Amino acid sequence: MTTPEITGPEDQNPNLRLLEEVAAATAGVSRLEMCIQCGTCGGSCPSSADMDHTPRMLFAMIRAGMREAVLRSNTPWMCVSCYHCVVRCPQDVHIADVMYTLKSMAIQEKLYKDSTAPDFSQTFVDMVENYGRSYEFGLATRHYLKHYPLRLPSMAPMGFGMLSKRRMDITPKRIEGIDQLKTILDRAKQLENGQ
Amino acid sequence: MSQKYLYYPGCSMESSAKAYNDSLMAIKDSLGLALEEIHDWNCCGATEYVGISTTPAYALISRNLALAYNQSNGMDTVVAPCSACYLNLAKADHYMHERPALGVRVNKALAAGGLNYDPGSLKIRHLLDVIINDIGLEAVQAKVTRPLHGLRVAPYLGCMVPRPDYEKRWSDHEYPDELDRLLKILGAEVIDFPLKTHCCGGHMTQISPSTAFELIRRLIDSADQYKADMMVTLCPMCQMNLDAYQGETNHHFHTNYHMPIMFFTQLIGLAFGKDPKDLGFGKELVDARQALSRIGVEVPEEAPPARKPKRTKKQGLPMPVMPGEEEES
Repeated sequence: MTTPEITGPEDQNPNLRLLEEVAAATAGVSRLEMCIQCGTCGGSCPSSADMDHTPRMLFAMIRAGMREAVLRSNTPWMCVSCYHCVVRCPQDVHIADVMYTLKSMAIQEKLYKDSTAPDFSQTFVDMVENYGRSYEFGLATRHYLKHYPLRLPSMAPMGFGMLSKRRMDITPKRIEGIDQLKTILDRAKQLENGQ
Repeated sequence: MSQKYLYYPGCSMESSAKAYNDSLMAIKDSLGLALEEIHDWNCCGATEYVGISTTPAYALISRNLALAYNQSNGMDTVVAPCSACYLNLAKADHYMHERPALGVRVNKALAAGGLNYDPGSLKIRHLLDVIINDIGLEAVQAKVTRPLHGLRVAPYLGCMVPRPDYEKRWSDHEYPDELDRLLKILGAEVIDFPLKTHCCGGHMTQISPSTAFELIRRLIDSADQYKADMMVTLCPMCQMNLDAYQGETNHHFHTNYHMPIMFFTQLIGLAFGKDPKDLGFGKELVDARQALSRIGVEVPEEAPPARKPKRTKKQGLPMPVMPGEEEES
């Protein structure tokens, strides 16, 4: 006796493909489908108190195809990349990398609630794409003026200390091969968009 | 005999973690560590680029691996002193292999710049790993001329060195003892620091300060309860968060912690009898001089930056100052 093959119409609801989509967009093999909902991740997380959903809950929501709620969740943005959950996960889910994927999907679809974190990442990346090196002074000034103007007075002694102890350069460093790097990154962006 | 490695400094070593860089440069010859910097390396993207777009992020990291391989000339190991750089380089190498489709995309992008990297061609290791496992603790101990007796230190590794640890190089993911053993060899009194691989807050100081301040507070509070004279770290980000944001954290919680945060290379240099001023002491914002003077190490105060005040006297109009009349500022 052979098992009858189950065939049916294609799923009409694209959200049911969310898990596959997230897994496909993740750098390594995400193993996201292996999650057994044990909650070790949330229990290990130093910033779970500030998260809308624990990682476990977020992964259940991905399975349930709750696309917009997943991408609007602040959970990936609160991830501190400490990898405690990753080494403790009994199923070896690449949790931190899934969080990176969710951030990039949220940026792509502009679904984040608070722009502080996406802006910070984007400003950092803009500096790196233009100079080939990170540029803390430029990053800090741009970021703080936009998002934390009221924090500037309490930050001033620290900023002054960093400058006077020469731990922060006022001018950026540029690598020699910046054109080569830009060419590589432009091509990588095309490839990322499936071109 | 020197062991030779390709060296990826990372952006912090040239700026916020200059003390790490200075102290490493001061001790590397004594350690028999030959470091050849990867020519024209670029930023690894920290934890930011991977959260924006995968292929560009990995292409950015892999340009460094491709450049390193091109100049490897018999060397097979890239050493990184920064945790985030170390993890990103290791991650690119690991995932390009684990997920061949990623490897293909990254190499297509690299090809646009005339480069290529085959995953697995290089080993990616952290500086501490190389010092402990290649150079060895006996060799380190043999160079100790000024043991750090009486200095109570909390070894602090942070996250990204012992985790996720693709190559299983560390004794434990959450409670590794490598840094403890090294500091003991230097003569320091090493506390069994329970939070040694807990998070410093990473980039949360920039995007969710209250989250970061709480993580910073937990670490410093624990080290303080153990009566540590200082915390010793191996990561520029950890040092920056715990040192530069300690003031703001104190302000936030109305606390008054004073916990100097040093790099392990600075303590190696001290124990090797090097001049503290060549080891980047004085660059920390939470002053370590008091802690060091307790073990008889005097660090001269770093000269304030040359600034010419418009008014030399606090009161009165600017007046010409005669030699010998200058006020102490």
